[in-house]
Amino acid sequence: MLRYIVKRLALMIPMLFTVALLTFFLLRVIPGDIVEVKLRADGGNVSQEVIERERVRLGLDKPLVVQFGDWMKGIVTFDYGTSMWTGQPISREIGIRLGLSMQVAVMAAIVAVLIAVPLGTVSALFRDSWIDYLVRIVTIAGLAVPSFWLGMLIILGLLSLFNWSPPVTYTSFFTDPIANLSQLIWPALAVGYRYAAVVARMLRSSVLEALQEDYIRTARAKGVFERLVIVRHTLPNALLPAITVIGLELAFLMGGLVVTEQVFNLNGIGRLFVEAVTRNDFTLIQTLVMMIAVMFAVVNLIVDLLYGVLDPRVTNQ
Amino acid sequence: MLNTLDIARPVAARPSAQAPLLSVENLRVEFDTSRGRVRAVDGVSWNVYPGETMAIVGESGCGKSVSALAVMGLLAKPAGRVAGGRIMFGDRDLTKLSTSQLRELRGRDIAMVFQEPMTSLNPVLSIGMQLAEPLRIHLGMNAQEARERSIELLGLVGIADAARRLDQYPHQFSGGMRQRVMIAIALTCNPKLIIADEPTTALDVTIQAQVLELMKELSQKLGIALVIITHNLGIVARYADRLTVMYAGRVVEEGTAEQLFARPRHPYTLGLLRSVPRLDRPRAGLLDTIDGLPPNLLAPPTGCRFAERCFLRAAACEADPPLFDLAEGQRSACHRHAKLEQALAARPAAPPLPEAAPSDGEAPLLSVRALRKDFHVPVGQGRHGLVRAVDDVSFDVPRGTTLGVVGESGCGKTTVGRMILRLTPQTSGEVLFEGTDIASASAEAMRKLRLRMQVVFQDPFSSLNPRMSIGDTLNEPQLVYRKARNRREADERSAELLRRVGLVPEMASRYPHQLSGGQRQRVGIARALAMQPSFIVCDEPVSALDVSVQAQIMNLLTDLQNSLGMTFLFIAHDLAVVRHISQRIVVMYLGRVVEAADCDDLYREPLHPYTQALLDAAPVPDPTIERQRAARVLKGEPPSPLNPPSGCTYHTRCPRATAECAGIVPPLREVRPGHFAACIKL
Amino acid sequence: MTTLSQTALRPSPARRRWRDNPVVDFAVSQPLGVAGLVAVLAMVVAAVLADFIAPYDPVAIDFEAMLAPPSLAHPFGTDSFGRDILTRIMYGARTALTIGFISSFIGCTIGALIGLASAYYGGWRDMIVQRGIDLLLSFPIIVLALVVVAMVGRNRVGGIDVNLICAITVPIIPRAARVVRSAGLSIREMPYVDAARAAGYSSARIILRHMAPNVLGPYLILLTAYIAQAILLEASLSFLGLGVNEPTPAWGLMLSGNSANFYQTAPWMILFPGAAISLAVFGFNLVGDALRDWLDPRLKT
Repeated sequence: MLRYIVKRLALMIPMLFTVALLTFFLLRVIPGDIVEVKLRADGGNVSQEVIERERVRLGLDKPLVVQFGDWMKGIVTFDYGTSMWTGQPISREIGIRLGLSMQVAVMAAIVAVLIAVPLGTVSALFRDSWIDYLVRIVTIAGLAVPSFWLGMLIILGLLSLFNWSPPVTYTSFFTDPIANLSQLIWPALAVGYRYAAVVARMLRSSVLEALQEDYIRTARAKGVFERLVIVRHTLPNALLPAITVIGLELAFLMGGLVVTEQVFNLNGIGRLFVEAVTRNDFTLIQTLVMMIAVMFAVVNLIVDLLYGVLDPRVTNQ
Repeated sequence: MLNTLDIARPVAARPSAQAPLLSVENLRVEFDTSRGRVRAVDGVSWNVYPGETMAIVGESGCGKSVSALAVMGLLAKPAGRVAGGRIMFGDRDLTKLSTSQLRELRGRDIAMVFQEPMTSLNPVLSIGMQLAEPLRIHLGMNAQEARERSIELLGLVGIADAARRLDQYPHQFSGGMRQRVMIAIALTCNPKLIIADEPTTALDVTIQAQVLELMKELSQKLGIALVIITHNLGIVARYADRLTVMYAGRVVEEGTAEQLFARPRHPYTLGLLRSVPRLDRPRAGLLDTIDGLPPNLLAPPTGCRFAERCFLRAAACEADPPLFDLAEGQRSACHRHAKLEQALAARPAAPPLPEAAPSDGEAPLLSVRALRKDFHVPVGQGRHGLVRAVDDVSFDVPRGTTLGVVGESGCGKTTVGRMILRLTPQTSGEVLFEGTDIASASAEAMRKLRLRMQVVFQDPFSSLNPRMSIGDTLNEPQLVYRKARNRREADERSAELLRRVGLVPEMASRYPHQLSGGQRQRVGIARALAMQPSFIVCDEPVSALDVSVQAQIMNLLTDLQNSLGMTFLFIAHDLAVVRHISQRIVVMYLGRVVEAADCDDLYREPLHPYTQALLDAAPVPDPTIERQRAARVLKGEPPSPLNPPSGCTYHTRCPRATAECAGIVPPLREVRPGHFAACIKL
Repeated sequence: MTTLSQTALRPSPARRRWRDNPVVDFAVSQPLGVAGLVAVLAMVVAAVLADFIAPYDPVAIDFEAMLAPPSLAHPFGTDSFGRDILTRIMYGARTALTIGFISSFIGCTIGALIGLASAYYGGWRDMIVQRGIDLLLSFPIIVLALVVVAMVGRNRVGGIDVNLICAITVPIIPRAARVVRSAGLSIREMPYVDAARAAGYSSARIILRHMAPNVLGPYLILLTAYIAQAILLEASLSFLGLGVNEPTPAWGLMLSGNSANFYQTAPWMILFPGAAISLAVFGFNLVGDALRDWLDPRLKT
């Protein structure tokens, strides 16, 4: 098992290197110099000399290959360099925001799975009944409603009902858990709706598929109680593929956060990413991209390991 | 309403004086499909008596499985339902039972074994758990008792090391072993009746014999009545006491096995019996066929449903035939049952099979020399294993003849065919077509070669492109290879090709899904002919077809060979089919040729122990012969190709094997003139 | 040869029924799909006829009517520049549909061709394509789109947001390629493809003539589903200020910027454009789902 994990981690390296290579060079293919954007942002007339000096300070005068080498060297030593815009170390920029985004993601995941599993199962079991149609409409709507608009609706509702608006400052869970949870539950719901919808839809179709398998007929031919046919024979088979979706969507929650953090005034990773793109902050973008790739690969590995534990076909090979 | 009256009448003579265990009376089952309502079972009655083995025989779609599923209350919901009739089990009508009453009965009093052992067990539950389930539900055993009984049951069905295997999962069992587990599950509560729906159709012939012998033995020992649903007449002859023949949702004939095989009294039963090639009779002439196709059950014809295809058809057949009581319990649903034998005698005998003689001295059309294929297959966690699918295979195919390649699944016969066509590249060895090596042929040379060698595949449902009309399928090669100058000329030639394979030219405008299996296979043959080849690889061309259609296709192939001087490589697993069509035969086991001989020599005096076992395992459709044959069942299962035995790969199952066999790879040597075998014990 | 020639062409036994018509069959078996189709058609009508049926000019600023609540004159109210929201939603439909359809079409078509070729050739070529797909699939759609925005900048070429379309297309390609590749792999194993290879046809012919028509079903489902995704993505990017630029009417843009300042005073500025996005995406998703259920033989009874 340990050998397998080590092997998988080793296989991640070429993948991550390719990501690094592509992002780094593609970001710099199209002209669009951060220094000019930054210094001439307000239409100010800055001399070429000042611009050149700034370029040297940021190391942009060196050949691209050297810059890439520096970056790679930094990554291995956990030194990601400094933001081209704020001048702060990137590890610090990310560090202060990561906890918040992770917390929202985990809360969203918990809410989503708790809602999705019963919903998807019931929908499949009562296929083509009114309850199935209702669940299908609610879940398709979950894919349709943009999370930022849902967030705005939530704020609108809270404002008109409780006159509550999202606080400007973030309270950590450890200083005041209640304030923290009451602040973060709303963005978690806004991004979790879509998550729940994806998982519920997936589960519905995998339950339907499992119900058509020959072994379900065998179970019925044995005289197994219908309840057990569902709980013991159908659900374990249907939940296995759902694990993949639950994992991947967790890794993809970042996508929802990118817009939702904006709505709720949360200073998280998503917002940082949007700001980096708006400001052409290449060093920050490339590091964030790497971070997302690593997160995805790790979640993938965890999902595969879970399969190893839960699926006897993988365990007893 | 003749039918109903007839069924209500008490039946006089029965092979058994007892009351029936299960009696299906005038059953009607309907399915709602997007194209309308199908009455899959339409007024069917059959009985099973305690302790007997009853077979329900018929071709696909005749309703034989549906009537069994209706007994179990397992019809696919909500589309299927029982629309009429009774199913009496003792004094209870199963169609009137509540869901929970029916559930109590299933698995306890009536158990079922299904066709697909690979998918019929739950992949995420252990075998022990799946075996214990009915014990705990129906018999209220605790975990310990259930486990002890499960170990006993696995031993009973011949699975060694039962205690350990209980904790394993289905994927760790072979297909044959899984079917044994299914039988063990069926036996758990000592049911009164087991219904086996095509229990061995998915299995190889040697494993089929093992499983059927096991079922027969256990049902006799435990006094369980057995209903076997099958299309295989050989199985019926060996294992069934009585049989019921079904056609298009109706019962057409019933009686004891001896009665029906010796004196069938319905033209359909007769046709079925006469359209299968027989291992126990000399090869004679073209096969008898039943012309045409079964009726569409969305709009069944009035009167006798077989009339359209029947050579005895008369005016009387426009009325619905009742089941006429004949002697000693035999019953036939044919108005003209009394005329059957007379009419049969008056029919001209089948024309003799013209023997294609290889012209001596001429170079063979195709030569295969030391062909080998290695596959790298993943074995999990990123590791790969080596499978030698084909190893050192050599043979010649003389011009104008048919070479049969026979063997069980996984023996490499299909891979050989694919390498000959260069659909799969070989690892080493040569394929010489008219002296040209195919592997080293340039792209241009290969295009020329492809015109001369073509292929017909097994599965008629996937061998035609569903998005192309039949006309387009046939025109394409002509236009690509400039066999036709323009579209109109291609259309004309396609029409000619369709006529050649026994279809009407109007078929060109149709799409594959509008055709029956046999018609598609004819189109597949026509597509091969469109290239005007001299050689065709036929890869299991009839194994997916019903027997009556199978005979039509085999006759077509025979006819093409005679009239066009075509050369065939005929790959199949059915020994009787291969024998019927081939002049020379190659037997393969685990990638190697074990025996090669002229057809008649091989079947008269098989030399290799594996060939002998294959022939022993294949049942012939004659109960008298079958009951005289001692059961000589080949033990064990084919070894994993990932880890083949040393020396002779067959030594693990061979009754004649000694220690020596594990040490030497036996060479294929000429034991008699023209008769090769790879066994050191000869 | 009598036995052979008697297998005549049989007249189709069942009478032609009205459900044999695929359009009728779709309508009867997929009521949700029909509902989705209605929403989509409404959107198309609004987009095409916006010039004739929209009550106002979408960019005309009218300080008199600033932040007007919904009324007969302005059914959906006005925004902080006094522009009519209903009008802007109609013109926004044009933006959304154009960008959504073009992006989805290009993305799905390129993806499908890559997937098919990869499935057909197999071996090392398939390996490389697969690794590439895996790599792109490790990013959420919007993150990938934002990276593309960062790479190509935000310029309009000839009145079309080429860069925006590019940013939306790139994440669609690997997703379409993966689906079509897996469909292609099973088609690749079909005997009719083997028959085409045995007939010596060229690879291009086999891919385009024999394989492509058989992935038409999945392709249409993908195309519909990704129009929905693309509309959503365009709205998100515009909301972030990285998509369509003012003053072009776009739904996401209508929700961004200062509209958040008017939660209490002008909630209609938030309600209606968001509802438009949701309804459009919802409609396309319903159609896509219905298409899938309708075309998938396994789920047919």
